[in-house]
Amino acid sequence: MKRVLEGSHSVAEAVRLAKAEVIAAYPITPQTHIVERLSDFCADGSLNARYLRVESEHSAMAALIGASSAGVRTFTATSSQGLALMHEVLHWASGARLPIVLAEVNRALAPGWNIWTDQTDSLAQRDTGWIQLYCETGQEVLDTTLQAFRLAENVSLPVMVVLDAFYLSHTYEPVDVPDQEQVDRFLPPFTPRFMLDTERPCAFNQMAPPDVYMEMRRSIQEGMEEALGRFAEMEDEFKKIFGRSYGAVEPIACEDAEIILVTSGTMSSTCRQLVKELRSRGEKVGILKIKLFRPFPAESIRRRLKTARKAAVIDRNFSFGSGGIFAGEVKAALCDIPERPVVFSFIAGLGGRDVTVGDLENIYMQTKNHDVPQQESIWTGLRPASAPAPDLKR
Amino acid sequence: MQPEVPDRDYMFPGHVGCPGCGAAIAMRFLLKALGEKTVMVIPACCWSIIAGAYPQSALKIPVLHTAFETGGAVASGVRAALDMKGDTETTVVTWAGDGGTFDIGFQALSGAVERNEDFLYVCYDNEAYMNTGIQRSSSTPYGAWTTTTPGRDWKKMRKKNIVEALVAHRIPYAATASIAFPEDLFRKVAKAKAIKGARFIHIFASCPTGWRIPSEISVKIARMAVQTNIFPLYEVEDGLRYTINFFPKGYLVKEYFRLQGRFKHLTEKDLDQIQSMVEEDWKLLLRKAGLS
Repeated sequence: MKRVLEGSHSVAEAVRLAKAEVIAAYPITPQTHIVERLSDFCADGSLNARYLRVESEHSAMAALIGASSAGVRTFTATSSQGLALMHEVLHWASGARLPIVLAEVNRALAPGWNIWTDQTDSLAQRDTGWIQLYCETGQEVLDTTLQAFRLAENVSLPVMVVLDAFYLSHTYEPVDVPDQEQVDRFLPPFTPRFMLDTERPCAFNQMAPPDVYMEMRRSIQEGMEEALGRFAEMEDEFKKIFGRSYGAVEPIACEDAEIILVTSGTMSSTCRQLVKELRSRGEKVGILKIKLFRPFPAESIRRRLKTARKAAVIDRNFSFGSGGIFAGEVKAALCDIPERPVVFSFIAGLGGRDVTVGDLENIYMQTKNHDVPQQESIWTGLRPASAPAPDLKR
Repeated sequence: MQPEVPDRDYMFPGHVGCPGCGAAIAMRFLLKALGEKTVMVIPACCWSIIAGAYPQSALKIPVLHTAFETGGAVASGVRAALDMKGDTETTVVTWAGDGGTFDIGFQALSGAVERNEDFLYVCYDNEAYMNTGIQRSSSTPYGAWTTTTPGRDWKKMRKKNIVEALVAHRIPYAATASIAFPEDLFRKVAKAKAIKGARFIHIFASCPTGWRIPSEISVKIARMAVQTNIFPLYEVEDGLRYTINFFPKGYLVKEYFRLQGRFKHLTEKDLDQIQSMVEEDWKLLLRKAGLS
């Protein structure tokens, strides 16, 4: 049924439809609407789950590690500082092979305090062994949350569903909310291979000396490798039932494109608008939207980008001392193929600064007008050093 | 009337604890009282090692090893999951050292107790970070040497009173226990098992390695801690009703201190001061129990 839903509520609807059994969460803006709505569902009985109102994000993830180890479906949501606080136990969740699902609303890290969108928080967790899926629209948020449970349980790895602060979390869009019967067909009840069970007592996560640790790590990587194939299978199944799919990457007007803008999240929508305008003026431009960041779909990215002359990767994030994080990953994926585009790396919209169609056109023109990038990372939309600070009285 | 402690053990004959390890004795009696319908959460502590490395385990019950500060939170999650599956019979127990309870795990423990999660939290207290090599914790007593309070920098702060901190949460049941009083320990665990909501047991567990004592006096030292009123045995119901379980006959703390290498630097004057600190704490406890 089509409903007009806030992005945060799309997450909550999906969690309700997925019949999550234990939810643990701690409030942080801009994630709060997700867990408030889930609290309503638990209170009015539309979701039969235990909701743990824990005293920190670290404890939220820790509680889910306990619940998931005991064999039930689990969910939490967080942002920014909260995700950073979870860091230690994010490693624990993947190392223990627990299919926990987390909705992460991208928000800038402090200082200074900033509640607006920025991907550095989730991308800083890229080495924690979590699958990461980035969303562009309210519908994609709902669908991806449902997909996350199935993918997580298929490969025994936790999944992070990532959505932009405010542009997605607080924006209302028409969203098709599927029937429970459809969701049940797509997502059967969670049946763990191992769990805490007094009938079959086992020790979990115990000491692992050098003679066994490495194989355990390798098996996590095998799970990640499996996730690439499973993602495609899962999307085929999703499409059969719901009529929609997204792809690990989505190429938009890439076939004959000479310049491809590489994007993620809501900035992809602004790029779609720009590409429509540029195409009408005869420019050969396309978009490659990256949805799946971990495991990184390097092969799909190589296939889509290798025929372009140039790729402009637009990062709403930054790794200090290195550069845009998507750009670094894309360059690494391309470096071993003989024919590859020149990669330009642009930094835009940190801390929620608006990125308009005009800003993106500027990025396109800079890419078009230079044979090679002028800088390793080109920061766009900065106030000139000579410009005065914003007027506080305004 | 003390209960009959069953012969059946839920530990295998084999673990990697040090000789005389009080924490191993404590675990043995705890499990005798809890039985096999128990799921145990062990945050980082000596027992992360004592239980054995993959693929072996010294315990006959399911064990979830977890990160240092998560004892209260992980157990909350296990309880929630078991409840969702309709299993209200299994006891969920967190088994943590003093570092994981008094220090790094205190937030998660306080949160779980405030929410009155239906679980038992047991702290086996060996009064320092023993597993990492005897560093001071907020449970380390006044006067103790540790590797981070060496020489003249021996610890000058009191031991944190963890039971009173939890009593302030109005926890349904809190008790102290000692490996030297196994029947009392067994009775308290059995009593805690039958209570709904959050329960806390603080077990005094001597550490020959860290306390610099011969392993054969491990239990004797634990007994002396009770006999000198350094570690009184008592229980508190609903954060209000105090019961003192053992009234000592006036042993002096210096008899306890003189047997342990960790206190050997203390002067007579220091020991006199500690004696009066212990007496002060005992009077306070008597007052809370309505006995003074």
